[in-house]
Parts: sequence; structure tokens; C-alpha cells
Amino acid sequence: MSAPALAIENLDKSFDRPVVHGLNLTVASGEFYALLGPNGAGKTTILRMVAGLLAPDAGKIEIFGTDVLKDPVGAKRLLAWVSDEPMVYDRLTPLEYLDFVAGLWQVDPDHARDTANDLLALLGLAPHANELCGGFSKGMLQKVALAGALIHDPRLIILDEPLTGLDAGSARQVKDVLLEKVRQGVTIIMTTHILEVAERMAQRIGVIAGGRLIAEGTLAELRARVGRESTLEEIFLELVETGQADA
Amino acid sequence: MAAPGSLLWFARHELRLSWRDWLAMMTGGRRVRLIGFTVGGFAIYALLHLIAAAIIAPPAAKDITADKSTLVMVTGTGLLFFSVMLSQALESITRVYYARSDLDLILSSPASTRRLFAVRTGAVALSTAVLSALLASPIINVLIAFAGPHWLWAYLVLPAFAALAVALAMAMTMGLFQLVGPKRTRLIAQILAAIVGAGFVIGIQAVAILSFDSYSRFSLFSSPELIADLPDAESPLWLPARAVMGDATAAIPVIATCLAILTIAMLFFSPSYGRLAIAAASVGQTGRGRARAGKHFTRRSPAQVLRQKEWRLLQRDPWLLSQTLMQMLYLVPPALLLWVNYGEGAGAFVVIVPVLVMAAGQLAGGLAWLALSGEDAFDLVATAPIPSRDILRAKIEAVLVVVAVVLAPLLALLALNDWTMALATGLCAALSAASATAIQVWFRVPMRRAMFRRRQVASRAATISEAFASITWAGTGALLSMGSWVAGLTAIIAIGVLGIARSLSPHRS
Repeated sequence: MSAPALAIENLDKSFDRPVVHGLNLTVASGEFYALLGPNGAGKTTILRMVAGLLAPDAGKIEIFGTDVLKDPVGAKRLLAWVSDEPMVYDRLTPLEYLDFVAGLWQVDPDHARDTANDLLALLGLAPHANELCGGFSKGMLQKVALAGALIHDPRLIILDEPLTGLDAGSARQVKDVLLEKVRQGVTIIMTTHILEVAERMAQRIGVIAGGRLIAEGTLAELRARVGRESTLEEIFLELVETGQADA
Repeated sequence: MAAPGSLLWFARHELRLSWRDWLAMMTGGRRVRLIGFTVGGFAIYALLHLIAAAIIAPPAAKDITADKSTLVMVTGTGLLFFSVMLSQALESITRVYYARSDLDLILSSPASTRRLFAVRTGAVALSTAVLSALLASPIINVLIAFAGPHWLWAYLVLPAFAALAVALAMAMTMGLFQLVGPKRTRLIAQILAAIVGAGFVIGIQAVAILSFDSYSRFSLFSSPELIADLPDAESPLWLPARAVMGDATAAIPVIATCLAILTIAMLFFSPSYGRLAIAAASVGQTGRGRARAGKHFTRRSPAQVLRQKEWRLLQRDPWLLSQTLMQMLYLVPPALLLWVNYGEGAGAFVVIVPVLVMAAGQLAGGLAWLALSGEDAFDLVATAPIPSRDILRAKIEAVLVVVAVVLAPLLALLALNDWTMALATGLCAALSAASATAIQVWFRVPMRRAMFRRRQVASRAATISEAFASITWAGTGALLSMGSWVAGLTAIIAIGVLGIARSLSPHRS
């Protein structure tokens, strides 16, 4: 059996108070997983630990069997991280940005050139390929950041609120690209406050509250847990309320 | 209680924001830091008074008469202060137009933009006056104590000159808006501010070097040739100097004229404020410029990729351009001294050594902040499959290469005259640059690149230790060039400064 895309065991992280507490989470290879939770639930903290941007206090994180703490460079080769604030340089063009990212991941130059051109065309950025990113809208910057995440063909893509601030057209382009990646076998883990997006795109949904995973499953499984036919919004609100009361 | 939207209401709003901003910068949310800053500030202020007393008290104790040579010296020194005031005012006035923060909210409200402009330019005049008064106060206080209370007039004349500087800055900014448009005004104003601030000091230093073979800017003001060429002591040209020296008949018209000029400028320029601020907002900070299409996607190591990115960003950063320009301007006098004295022995070069060493440290500190803390895509670089030490090494290399490229021509010129001195300078410049870079490594905190101006308040410990390290290495360089054994002592102090900085820093890797 192949290793899961992500395996988290007993993960703890505290700042001035516990933010993540005894978290266990497994995401299968090729899965589209949505992580939901109210503000301050610990979603971003969890994902930043997975991406190697934060050190956990305790616990284990493995990406396709590679321990993030023991072999951070090996783990980073496999993943891409896209934050809600696009990580793009104002004074580089999208093409230069992709060239930079490809260089960091040591992607074969010929392959990187072709992929960059494809991605820029796919995300509607081709006409702006040689313009400095400084004048771009939030949506355009988010698409440049996403192109950067995809240029090195990651096996796991982690996205923190990738659709925040995007207009309908841009959001559609991003969603299409992500779904295509899942079809190609890439694993995606995404946090979002737009529950409709999670409902439509994710194969499995995890609900986090108070730094713990309080519910997990397909939409049908979550409905069954609540015990009635509801929208994800209603299920989410009920689960969070119950979860917070239990905590 | 001031009526909402009135001049007083806006003034109170601005004052509250400025106070909280200042408090947050100084304390970082910790009261202990404020106490430390206050105690440290008073200690430095007292030290400045002692230095001023040591230099000025003996001549001040004799009767200072308003003769021509004194008037020239006071005017020259006053012009030095005025250039700093004008530079600061120009930068602040540009910010009045370009800083967004609450401007969108206020401009979209029915409140009067003329009143807002009046309050904000008034605040600029006030802060310029306070800063220059603070800078000049050790000299003025010593003069009051040793030469007489009539020097108190200086405290009234200085704010008046600050008002004049603000009026001039407004006129220059307006001129730029007309000439180059809102897209380029900000950048050019920043460069102008740097040139005005450093240019005058450097300019008279350059004249002193070329004409009198002296490194001191004051040698120009005391030159008999210059004094002879200037108008008599009764000329109205000396009114500002007389005003500063406490002549009430000169001070009153000077103060009145400066304040009148500021009032006229405010009345004249305020109607266009709303329109120009909106035009500035539509430009954005960088605009959607096109970059020259280069050769992309070539085979390079991650370290090469990182270095190239750093250099490309430095090259395209107008903010940095103005900051670097300041550093480069300070290298002009040593370059001139080298050129003037070329082949005539190395005696004069001892003066150059500390300047070059200091410049290396300051330049490296600024560049290192940009590369290490001002990494706009911090998460991206941190998630790249490269060991973090390799990322750090590549960035440090990028910084040190730039410093080396800037200093190399001057060192080569120095080596042609005296290779041992060049070697000592090169060694101490390298140590100064390495120290400043190390301090930035230890104190690195991810921030937006655009926060470059605030880097000095982000960590006072880093700023102070960086300055002390540069100064002590500069001293070491000068002493080493003279063959003095004391160089060893200053080098130990420099290492001690680094040790203290490291122990205070959050990153000790």
C-alpha cells in the first residue's frame, strides 16, 4: 500500500495558549481535502507546520512517507504552499517569478519553460507575462502565486484560503486548474470559508475547532453524523457548536 | 469640544494617531523599553551637550560679535541645518500626498480636504521644527549658557526656518507634479530629498577638498577668500544669521517672513490637494511597468537563482535607489580627496579609511535587511527544497558582492598610492560589512520590503549595534593605517559590540 499524501500524528502547538492539540489527520494520495473551521480554529497553524514554516511542539508529520521534521528538504520537494496573502515580488514579472520558482525547485529548464507558458495561458496571465507584478490586482497576484506552486509539479498542494478576494471569473479559473490537478493524481488540501466551494470540490472534509479535528468524512458521512439532510453550512455550524461545547 | 470636520478636530485626530504610532515604535508594547529608551535618550542628549561645550564653550566665553566672519560661519552652519530640514520636509510632504492609510476614508467623506492639508502640512512643519531644534539644541544651549540669553532667539528662528523649508518642499512637490506627473513625483522627490540632505554637506566638503585640501566643511566658511568675496556685514543677506544670534530687529522680520511664506503656500496649494492625492492613489506604488524581456529558464543552482533574484530586485527598487544614493554620495568626498592627492603621498588618505569602512558597513546593513528581512515571498523561499543555511549563504553572498563592487574602484585607486593602506581599508571594510550583515542575520524579522524606512525602528538594538560596529571598525581601519597598536583595542571593542548584539538577538544561528 502506498504512503498517504499526509499523515499527522498527535500534533501539538501552543503560542500563548494551545492552538493545536493532539491532532491526527490522514489524507490519501490523489484526494481533494477541505479543512474547515471557524476563525482561530488552528487551520493555518496546522498547514504552516505541514509546509515546514512552523515547528510543532510535539507530534509527527509525514508527506508521502517523508518525515517533515527529519527530512525537511525531501518533504519540501513534494509539496507546494499557497497562502492567502500571495507571495509574489512586486518588481518581478510573472515569467521571471516562475523562472525563480523553477530555479529553486531545480526544474528542468525546458520543461519549466513549457509549463510556465501553459500555466500563464491557462490562468489568463499570458498577456501580462512581462509586466511587473506590482500593479496587479489581488486576484492576478493569487493566480501568479498558484502558477508558482504548480510549476514544479508538486504531489501535494496546500492552499490556505486561495479563493479569498478573487472575482467570479478568476475563482472559476483557479477551481478548474485545481480540479484538473486532482484528476492528474495530485493531492490537494485546502482551507476555505466559502463552504459552497468545499461542498462542490472536496472529496472529504475535515472540521477543526479549538485545534482539534471534531469531524471528518465525505459530505454524505457528515450529513449522516448530524442525522438529517442539510447543507454543508448547517452541518458545519452544528458540528462547530457541538465541538466547542464538548471542548 | 471641536466640531467634527473642523481644523481643530482634524488636528486632534492627527495628534492622537501620531502619538500612538510613536509610542508603539518606541515601546513595541513594552513599558520597560520606553523607560530604557528615555534613560538612554537623556544620556546621549547629555553627552551631546558635553561635546558641544568642549568645542563651543571656549570661543563662546569670549565676546561673539556679529562681524562678517562670524556671520559667514553662522550662515554656513545654518545652511547645513536647513538642507537637512528641507530634505526631511520634502520626504514628509510627499508622504502627505502618497500615504494611503486613512486618506481613502477621508477623501470619500464630505470633510474639507483643504483643512486636512493644512493640518498635515502643519504637522510636517512642527515635526521638522522639533527635530531640527533637538539636533541644534546642544549647540544653542551651550551658547545660551556661555554667550548670553539672546541666543534663545534661535529657538524661535529655527521653527520659522522649518516653516520655510516646508513651504519650499510644497513648492518643489507641486513643481514635480506639474513636470513629471503623479507617477514619478514620489520617486524623484525621494531622490531629491536624498540629494538635498546629503548633497549640500557633500558639496561644500567637495569644495573644501578641491580648494583647501581639507576634509572639514567648516574650512570653507572660515576661508578669507570666501569672506572677502561676500557682501558686507550690514547686507540683508546676513539677516537670518543675525536673527539666530539674537538680534531682535532681524529676528522679528525673519520669523514673520517665513511664517507668511508658509501661510501663502498652504493657501495656494491646498485647493489642489484632494485632486492630486486622488491622482497619486490611482498610480499605486509601483505601477504596472514592463520589464525588459531577458533570458529565462536556464540551468542554474538554487544559490545562483537566489543571488540573481536579489540583484534584480535591488536594481528595480526605487526606494533603495534613493537610499543607496545617500551612501554613494558620502563616498564622493573620499573619492575627490583620492583624486586631488593622487601621487602626492598617503598622508591625507588616513581620513578616507574610516569613511570607506563606515560606508561599507552602512551599505551592507541596508542591503542585508532587504535581502533577509525584506523578503516579500518569505513563505515561498522557506518552503523551497533548499537547506535554510544555503538560502542564508546565497543571500549574504548577494549582499557582499554588491558592497565589494561599490568599494572596489576606490580601493584600487587607494592601492595605487599605498597598497598597505588599501589592504587595511579593505580588511576593515570587509569586517564592517560582515558585522553589519551578521547583525541583520541575527535580528531578521520578516517584513514587507516597502517597510525599509522603518527598519531602524523595528529593532533599536540592531540599529545601534550596527552603527557602533561600523564606527569601531572605521576607527580600527584608521588606526591600522597609521600603524598604531591601538587598532587592536578598537578591534576588540568591535568584537565586543558584536558579542553584545548576538546575545540580545532572537536568532543566534
